[in-house]
Amino acid sequence: MERGKKIKAGDIRTASRLIRDIEDSIPEAKATIKHIFPYTGKAQVVGITGSPGAGKSTIVDGLIETSRKKEQTVGVLAVDPTSPFTGGATLGDRIRMQRHSEDIGVFIRSLATRGSLGGLSKAVGDAIHVMDAMGKDIIFVETVGTGQQEVEIIHYAHTVIVVLVPGMGDEIQAIKAGIMEIADIFVINKADRDGAQKLQRELMTMIEMSHIPPGGWKPPVLTIRNSFKPEEFEHDLQILSAKVHEHYDFLISSDLIGDRQKRKRLHELNEAIRFSILEPVMEMLIRTGELDSMVEKLVKKESDPASLAEEIARKYLQGCF
Amino acid sequence: MAKRKIRVMVAKPGLDGHDRGARVLARCFRDAGFEVIYTGCHQTPAMIAASAIQEDVDLVGLSCLSGAHRYLFPQVVSLLKEKGADDITVIGGGIIPQQDFQKLYDAGIKAIFVPGTTLDTIVNWVNSNVKPVERK
Repeated sequence: MERGKKIKAGDIRTASRLIRDIEDSIPEAKATIKHIFPYTGKAQVVGITGSPGAGKSTIVDGLIETSRKKEQTVGVLAVDPTSPFTGGATLGDRIRMQRHSEDIGVFIRSLATRGSLGGLSKAVGDAIHVMDAMGKDIIFVETVGTGQQEVEIIHYAHTVIVVLVPGMGDEIQAIKAGIMEIADIFVINKADRDGAQKLQRELMTMIEMSHIPPGGWKPPVLTIRNSFKPEEFEHDLQILSAKVHEHYDFLISSDLIGDRQKRKRLHELNEAIRFSILEPVMEMLIRTGELDSMVEKLVKKESDPASLAEEIARKYLQGCF
Repeated sequence: MAKRKIRVMVAKPGLDGHDRGARVLARCFRDAGFEVIYTGCHQTPAMIAASAIQEDVDLVGLSCLSGAHRYLFPQVVSLLKEKGADDITVIGGGIIPQQDFQKLYDAGIKAIFVPGTTLDTIVNWVNSNVKPVERK
């Protein structure tokens, strides 16, 4: 397959178009993904998440730099939100990484969420495969600015970096479930601001209290200072970069990488099932107008969602029930 | 199948920090339902061309208020062509004197919008001149 070959040869234009076709749900794109799938699984995938304005893109920019110094080729997928009103999106992560735009060893692609709620785009899994098949050594996936709940990144990344900034709340925030649980590495960015040390202490207390199995990974809490002192920023970034690699090595040496791989594949299968089963049914319901009439029924209280879903399953998924 | 989305890039080439117009335009494109990549100020034509290809955009909107448009805009067009990406539409805007329009059109800039143009005019132009699916 022509397109698959070009991807494997690292052709950026073809790769970016394929990612576009995946985003736009063009059926032919699936065939190309099937074709390149055997060539995936080599790249190290690093997720970066955290609240809006925490400094995720700037940190990715720094990590691109450290990776390039090690002569690694780099892919970046940067996700920003789609407007729920117009379907449009402003994709502005790349602005922090523009110094790498002419480097042929770096491929940066922005994605809009297009309605996905987990902090990523539903195209992200296949987009990672594309960059992986291109032969990128390391792929950084930057989520949208997240709150507490958007944890989908754990299904895609080997290593998850959670970026926090001082002044976001008291220590109760640190023991809540969700995003605070998914970090393999915590980064306190803007650490030259007031409250950074306090936040670091709180996080370390939280980590001490959490149950880490013997021989397990204990998430480090790193700090990054970056206000107008490039040499400090670079120094802190090098420590982060070393930790990212240490974590990856740890996954390999402790055989935990198999678990992560399984988690990733299970998620992919889930997504594929949704794509092949749920979406065609939804399309059918929309096309036939059944969906509208069902909503009417619900409004009038003539039925309930569970009964309607059972009705749909009986009608469209014969053999399963 | 979902509908194709129009992807556009708004970029400011050269030494010009007046980005209010570019930001307003980025916002307006977003509100028109496009996916907009904004790359900020002080971009070289080479950075803009490389980014446009990496992002697979249908349209590049260049904004320049420094007077260097006659040099910078055509460069973006020729770099895209060099990389086999001449199907990406390039338009320009900013402080551009009337007598330069033809030179820019000749260089491959498809449209020029100067101060006073309504945002609707620009969005309508894009909607009728940029067709994402028909590109090669």
